[in-house]
Amino acid sequence: MQKNSLARDLIAAAVALALLLSVPMLTGSKATTNFIIYVSANGLLAMSLNLLVGYTGLVSFGHALFFGAAGAYPFVLLMQNLPLSIPGGIGLTLAFAAVLALLIGAICVRLTEIYFSFLTLAFQMLIYSLMMNMIDYTGGDNGLSGIPRPAFMGVDLTNASTFYAFVCVVFVAAIVVMRVVVMSPFGFTLRLIRDNAQRATFLGINVVRMKLICFVLAGLFGSLGGIIMALFSAGAYPSFAFWTNSGDAIFMIMLGGMNVFVGPILGAVILQILNDFVTHYTSHYGLFLGLLILTIVLGFRRGLLDFLFERRQSSEQSALAAQRKKAQG
Amino acid sequence: MKLEALIACFGQMSCVVTQSTSALIIGMLLFLVASGVTLIFGVLNVVNFAHGTLYMLGAYIAYTIYQPTESYALAVLGGALGVGVFGILFERFLISRVYGQDVLMQLLVCYGVVLVMDDVVKIVWGVDFMKMGMPAAFRLPPIRIGGGFVPPFYLFLIGISMVIGLGLWFVITRTRYGKMIRAAAVNPSMVSALGIRTPVLFASVFGLGALLAGAAGALAAPVRALTPGMGFSIVIESFIVTVIGGMGSIGGAFAAALLLGFARSFGSVGFPLFVDGLMFLIMGLVLIFKPAGLFGRPPR
Repeated sequence: MQKNSLARDLIAAAVALALLLSVPMLTGSKATTNFIIYVSANGLLAMSLNLLVGYTGLVSFGHALFFGAAGAYPFVLLMQNLPLSIPGGIGLTLAFAAVLALLIGAICVRLTEIYFSFLTLAFQMLIYSLMMNMIDYTGGDNGLSGIPRPAFMGVDLTNASTFYAFVCVVFVAAIVVMRVVVMSPFGFTLRLIRDNAQRATFLGINVVRMKLICFVLAGLFGSLGGIIMALFSAGAYPSFAFWTNSGDAIFMIMLGGMNVFVGPILGAVILQILNDFVTHYTSHYGLFLGLLILTIVLGFRRGLLDFLFERRQSSEQSALAAQRKKAQG
Repeated sequence: MKLEALIACFGQMSCVVTQSTSALIIGMLLFLVASGVTLIFGVLNVVNFAHGTLYMLGAYIAYTIYQPTESYALAVLGGALGVGVFGILFERFLISRVYGQDVLMQLLVCYGVVLVMDDVVKIVWGVDFMKMGMPAAFRLPPIRIGGGFVPPFYLFLIGISMVIGLGLWFVITRTRYGKMIRAAAVNPSMVSALGIRTPVLFASVFGLGALLAGAAGALAAPVRALTPGMGFSIVIESFIVTVIGGMGSIGGAFAAALLLGFARSFGSVGFPLFVDGLMFLIMGLVLIFKPAGLFGRPPR
């Protein structure tokens, strides 16, 4: 059972990757590939956040911290100042993100949900304001622009189509790893903690440690999203680490559906389409987004994929009930 | 680090007086906002992430009233009451729909409101910094206290916030309404069973919290720059205050707000880059040694 589902996931991932890689051949439009790169970066942010929100029940409101302050910024700083290869820079940045997540997580995961939410937000704002103050290193409001992209193992990221393929591979690989985590015994332990932390404790599970591991994992993938964003926009900018980015990530999860694995990616896609569309017509993006959030949250109360999934489940159940009735009759 | 500057400051009476005044202003304004946050959390069990928006609205409404009338008293009253009414509408139409739901929903509703109101402020008042200016009644020479010069307006600001704080304390501890609030914080269904209309009570508590935030924004308008998004940093600080003081404890919010006020004010002399870090350090220590906050009850 477990093995079959892994094989199925791998096939699905291979198909997805093949589709993504064939996009440039099919359309050849720069806008489409740029769109997919954006969605990959933001999708990683949302997917990693959903490890906390959807699977562990920890609503972090500061996840963009890992995207910006522990992803894009350190990556650009490392690449600018040290003679590193791209994989080396990514590795060091992820190590930094892991340490930061461990420190912040160790304080935050002990707290109950509402404290957890705003403590993560508060930490994000602390690090954001520290970053804005250290103008010499972070460029303050202007951010850091320019990033060297030395070729490694024959891969030259200065070439646009190579870069696109690189992003697709990294994105799909990261999603597969997250899928494996979610389907592993560890992933089910997280769900148990979400549904009933007390029972988990009685079963001998170290709840705090599990939450902390999940927090670090989420931080790592969030950071990876930030690295992709930094490579794409050739720099690191304050908006990456700003709190609204965390809010948007939460909304992506809610929009796509948090109980279906790929829901957050769909959320990222929808939000990116809206973003492109709305900013084209008006500069008041916040007004529009805010009203949309209120409508979805108060009106539908669940994400798109959650909605479809629930419908399928309920229709399956009614079909089953009908069958049973037939058998009895 | 300019620790010598801090030590030198403590050696001079004038510096101590100046910094203490600014500490009291920061602390008291923070207390007005944080007491609303903690009151709403204590009774409604909702953390209002949009509380900074109410503070911002208070400042902008006060500015708008002050421009034609030149009356600061009217501006503050209008700011506080206007935001109070806004708070009641906000509670009735939006927040009341997510009572008892998970944090995610409450958070998203507040996030939506923050985004909308920031843009509404941009549309109505523009994106630029605005200054309200000092009201005519306070354009007086500064008063000399112990070698330091303190503008009379600062003393007024500290005094009036203290009066509001005392009024709040009186309402909560000495009136029938306060009793209902305290009872609803412990067991709302029992309060409802005793014939008190809890939805009205909840709306009024939210309105009261909003009123306090609006008053803080309006009072601060002459000494702070008005800008869309100005509420965000104060909402973070007031969360830190509620964590340090203990969620739901107004006395705790008062003590913690003053503590942060002094930490910020003297910190900006000694280590300007680490002022925010200092707040977090205090909060971290409190969370480690007294997770329920200095004056908080342990979680039920």
